Amino acid sequence: MWRVGTVVALHDETMMARTIALEVPDWPGHVAGQHIDVRLTASDGYSAVRSYSIASAPNSEGRVELTVERLPNGEVSPYLTQELARGDRLELRGPIGGWFVWRTQQTEPIQLIAGGSGIVPLMAMIRWRLATAGSAPFRLLYSVREPGAVFYRGELQALSDRSNSVSITYAYTRATPKDWSRPPGRIDATLIATGTWPSNLGPTSYVCGPTSFVENATDLLIAAGYGRESIRTERFGATGDRK
Amino acid sequence: MNVPMNYLDGNAAAGELSRIFAMDVTSAQGQCAHCGTIRRFAEAHLYMQAPGVVARCAVCDHVLLRLVNARQHMFLDARGMTYLRLNM
Repeated sequence: MWRVGTVVALHDETMMARTIALEVPDWPGHVAGQHIDVRLTASDGYSAVRSYSIASAPNSEGRVELTVERLPNGEVSPYLTQELARGDRLELRGPIGGWFVWRTQQTEPIQLIAGGSGIVPLMAMIRWRLATAGSAPFRLLYSVREPGAVFYRGELQALSDRSNSVSITYAYTRATPKDWSRPPGRIDATLIATGTWPSNLGPTSYVCGPTSFVENATDLLIAAGYGRESIRTERFGATGDRK
Repeated sequence: MNVPMNYLDGNAAAGELSRIFAMDVTSAQGQCAHCGTIRRFAEAHLYMQAPGVVARCAVCDHVLLRLVNARQHMFLDARGMTYLRLNM
């Protein structure tokens, strides 16, 4: 049930988030969008389990990447983002979840909407779409506090520079880059109208972020004509802990 | 609106449910025994603050499923659903 993964690489995405690459010998493979549960056990036997989305595309090498955001009062994330070192071993369960996933058989337009670290499972979908040279048109609407909080910045930049791949719209909630036309703020109907697929194209959307973010984005999509059944959501709590 | 935003999606229960079920329950469709709505389990509202997991109908808020860990035992109460249709 619980497998053991070995940390093979660590990479800081932002001041608060770190990508952890694990090698898992008996990894059965995953689907883009799935998550894993990580279990940490203290010397006195106390254990804590948290769910983290997989950031890496499906692969056959038994390699799994997570991107973990540090929560100031978190029980698990400070350890994972500050103390974990290469060669350390982590107990994990998964891959988990069969609903918030994107499969290459889906050819309809895909609308991804991320709030903060909600980008992680969506990045797995983007990477998988590129790795398989799929034909499904992708759009990403990515809401972040400020430019410095963007995960996978270089990779996303390279994507938006390439024609015919994934079209990206950023929404900044606290601070914007210089000369940014839109003042900082939450995603609203105007942004949905300009930054997402029109509903008449029959898109499937994946919305991931804090609970209030997902509520707001889902309401806006429905108001824009998206059918409720075409919207898949993954919320995490106000603390950012998935559990 | 003062409704507390402290729930997750049914997705988040997938790990715990995988301890019991051989198949993924979160992508299965279930019918709420209270209002009759049929939805994916992944779309239920999930509360994990309790000593266990409580899934509620996204439409009428009725309890669909409860899962409680008590040391050597696990209690599963699924009477809030009239059925669960799993993908074979």
